[in-house]
Amino acid sequence: MPPRKSVAKPDLLPDHFLCWFAARGWSPRAHQLALLQKARDDRSALLIAPTGAGKTLAGFLPTLVELSAATAHSKNALASTGRGVQRTGGLHTLYISPLKALAVDIARNLEAPIAQMALPIKVETRTGDTPVSRRARQRRYPPDILLTTPEQLALLLSSDDAPFMFGSLKRVVLDELHALVTSKRGDLLSLGLSRLWKLAPEMRMIGLSATVAEPESLARFLVPQYDGEVVSADIVVAGGAAAPVVEMLDTKERLPWAGHSARHALGEIYDLIKANKTTLVFVNTRSQAEMLFQDLWRMNDDNLAIALHHGSLDVAQRRKVEDAMAAGRLQGVVCTSSLDLGVDWGDVDMVINVGAPKGASRLMQRIGRANHRIDEASRAVLVPANRFEVLECRVAIDAVAESAQDTPPLRTGALDVLAQHILGRACGAPFLADELYAEVLSAAPYAELARTDFDDTLDFVASGGYALKSYERFARIKLDLQGRWRVTNPKVRQMYRMNVGTIVEDTMLKVRLVRGGGQGKGKRATGALARGGRMLGQIEEYFIENLVVGDTFVFGGEVVRYESLVEDQAYVSRANDKDARVPSYMGGKFPLSTYLAERVRKLLDSENAWKALPDQVREWLSLQAHVSRVPGVRELVVETFPRADKHYLVCYPFEGRLAHQTLGMLLTRRLERGRAKPLGFVANEYALAVWGLGDMSHMIRHGKLDLDALFDPDMLGDDLEAWLAESALMKRTFRTCAVISGLIHTRFTGAEKTKRQVLFSTDLIYDVLRKHQPDHVLLRAARSDAATGLLDIRRLSDMLVRIKSRIVHKELDRVSPLAVPVMLEIGREQVYGEASDELLAEAAEELVKEAMS
Amino acid sequence: MHAESIVTEITTVSIAGVTLHADLSGALYWEEQRLLVVSDLHLEKGSSYAMRGTLLPPYDTIATLGRLGAVIARHDPRTVIALGDSFHDRNAHDRLSQPNRDVVSALQLRRDWIWISGNHDPELPSDIGGVVANEVALGPIVFRHEPTGAQGEIAGHLHPKARVTTRGRSLERRCFASDGERAVMPAFGAYTGGLNIRDAAFARIFQTLGFVAHVLGDRRLHSIAASRCC
Repeated sequence: MPPRKSVAKPDLLPDHFLCWFAARGWSPRAHQLALLQKARDDRSALLIAPTGAGKTLAGFLPTLVELSAATAHSKNALASTGRGVQRTGGLHTLYISPLKALAVDIARNLEAPIAQMALPIKVETRTGDTPVSRRARQRRYPPDILLTTPEQLALLLSSDDAPFMFGSLKRVVLDELHALVTSKRGDLLSLGLSRLWKLAPEMRMIGLSATVAEPESLARFLVPQYDGEVVSADIVVAGGAAAPVVEMLDTKERLPWAGHSARHALGEIYDLIKANKTTLVFVNTRSQAEMLFQDLWRMNDDNLAIALHHGSLDVAQRRKVEDAMAAGRLQGVVCTSSLDLGVDWGDVDMVINVGAPKGASRLMQRIGRANHRIDEASRAVLVPANRFEVLECRVAIDAVAESAQDTPPLRTGALDVLAQHILGRACGAPFLADELYAEVLSAAPYAELARTDFDDTLDFVASGGYALKSYERFARIKLDLQGRWRVTNPKVRQMYRMNVGTIVEDTMLKVRLVRGGGQGKGKRATGALARGGRMLGQIEEYFIENLVVGDTFVFGGEVVRYESLVEDQAYVSRANDKDARVPSYMGGKFPLSTYLAERVRKLLDSENAWKALPDQVREWLSLQAHVSRVPGVRELVVETFPRADKHYLVCYPFEGRLAHQTLGMLLTRRLERGRAKPLGFVANEYALAVWGLGDMSHMIRHGKLDLDALFDPDMLGDDLEAWLAESALMKRTFRTCAVISGLIHTRFTGAEKTKRQVLFSTDLIYDVLRKHQPDHVLLRAARSDAATGLLDIRRLSDMLVRIKSRIVHKELDRVSPLAVPVMLEIGREQVYGEASDELLAEAAEELVKEAMS
Repeated sequence: MHAESIVTEITTVSIAGVTLHADLSGALYWEEQRLLVVSDLHLEKGSSYAMRGTLLPPYDTIATLGRLGAVIARHDPRTVIALGDSFHDRNAHDRLSQPNRDVVSALQLRRDWIWISGNHDPELPSDIGGVVANEVALGPIVFRHEPTGAQGEIAGHLHPKARVTTRGRSLERRCFASDGERAVMPAFGAYTGGLNIRDAAFARIFQTLGFVAHVLGDRRLHSIAASRCC
């Protein structure tokens, strides 16, 4: 931190702190002093600051100052309370971060000031890796500052000595709060806080966050809510970050029509890496990361040190990359959102974002990874991979210049997470339902939780929440004579502790590299291969399940051949193919933000604004205006045209792939009923194409197909219901809720069977529950996830309302320029169609052919 | 894609010279004998898990019996054979609720009912109605729970399912597995998972891959060569 002018309020900092700052040539920043003042005033506060602003130190200064005043003598002394013994001192500050690695890193960073000022402060971390003996000691003799994760907090709260451990707590520091609150982990954390507020009423909060769209609602997260009244923490904003310098790569090459690989700009990306000290190359999916990394290596004649970092790589491998980067040994890292957060590396001087930025805030956070010195401008280059992405990059750059934010609004707490919390509370100590309900309401995401939802969730935790009351005798928690809910047997506690947390990935399989080729074709491997090869990382089970032995895909930076699946291990061998069947990981596919979508529509609507676009793109849009129509801001353009022996309908909602997929499902159902004989559809971030045998142009012309009726919001009624019954995406959503809520367990103790053997198919549960108790609390939880998650129903519904009676139909004799990108996705993207009988019939036909020949 | 043409689709399967109908529900019907066979009902599997702390929805027995009732109503068989593992565990029949007991009794009215014993339910009490047997032979056909690979054998136990990959998509469904001389039936229970027909267990029953999977689709059965499945 370079010296800065500060609004000095020296009385906030003791002399030895001022000396420490001065010895480093620093002086305290305004926001650091502001947080000290908030602490002195006994207020909770949210600090909004860009990376590099000394945010972490700001969060810890109040604690360091308070603890430095205490003498070692008065700490950890026992005192009689009349009824028992209470500790003075004890745990003072709890720090919670979304990343284990971050907690460890912060602990290291705190060591310096503590050692240099000789402060009597003990700092420890507690993560999944902390040895059992240390965990036990931490509970008996807590450190002054404990750094941990939301899951570990839940675990600590579920033990019966939680009141002892947390009774002394004065402060909780939540790091990267903007990232924490967007997921179910945030829900879990908020419920943990609701408990802490009860156990330690004196406790105050400090939240650290990047810039967000609605700081006021984020500030609610930090203080207990009362009685429907909105209560917020104070907000401190750190100013003075230099505006970033962001530009779009002005490629010399021809811009692709579709795809996300940005292969056309490979040389230019390589040159950028070469020209800078350390470059982070962000891409949107792991498969893109794999592909780009491989391509860069192939052309790496200068032997640049380029590494790969993404969420499915083995932790040890990721750690190695992070360490090499911290040591300044790397020139480039190709990464996914796995590096969006976290450890501060300092020396990154260039960020390249390949592909669509997807959201303005997301992009700004990524750009902030370059140059962690607040006074210097971060530099970033956006590389659009296709023409539509040029539009998106253009509006994202404008948004960054205006510092416009598009982080999502605060979540409504999920009922499956509540179920987990309720069980955790019972594991800690028996509770009265009324008291727990009041406690839960203090958590901002649950402030509006209805009592009936609470009661249903409680009933679910107790005995399944089924209308058919046949499980009372198997209840996990029961009312005791005092009317308190209490755990019925120790095994319940054990299972809770094994399965705590809200991160449900698809079942992950370990990928191991073995020598290949040993398999006879068509033979299922049951141990014929050498086992125990080098572990490459983990991969989603659903991906492997879609592979056939012999398929090749890129993983861990190399092309591998799928050999076999044995329990939870997928065996692969090294393949020589250059063209692999690349994994299409579900992870990391964020949809285009509503905000950027709106801006893209505005950009399209104003021919004047096209001047800022590259020539190739401007020509493309002009041609579209000539032969069809460029979509206006509020309208939905629908084009119909014939091609080969099929008929196509293409529309441009700009609502992101997820919402478009849902729309595609529903439209094909309706077109089916309307006898347009649809065969399939494909969606990208901007458009949706449906094709079929019926001549839709002709049908519309003769009033046999009414577009207003086709796109009527009433499709979200019965059609949606019917589709949800069989949707694979809905079943995945349900599975997540079933795991988080504790209905089924994915982790078991000790010698019990491996999880693949035990895992009960949640699809079967979904089918049965849907038929017999459609309003069951878990189905409600899944439904509410579907509104915003993989199905993005809410966004679809907003769109349908927006475009109602604003549909502009263009009947064309061939594909329009704007339709080309989505048409090119046909056959490339997996369509989540439900036409399984048709697929099976196709396979059956081969048998018939065989028989007849 | 016509939602109306549901459930009635039936595929003819020939075993040891006898013509049987494979029903979309997973039941097998021998018209000449007016004999209906279902396998692996696994009644009360939900409550079996519940006893051990996993509170699965307690509707599996109702769901299974409901589907069984529908297929019985459709064919009105003179005899019903439940091919073993009708109950998920030894005490499952004790947990059967009175309404579900009544449903079973109603299904047994005016017809012969044979419980073949399986590994999950080796002993069955007399109050459950019907008769209990280890196996039943009828002409060239023998019905037993665990397949041995014998000619003319119709068995269950293995819960066959088939995976088919077409156009980059992969589907897995329950199926009948048959080579014309013997058959393994799909599990009928609402909570029964499955074992892929390419598993080694099936290689012991069918010596070669020259058998066919009659796959239970959404609206019809599909006959697919085992070698085509993966």
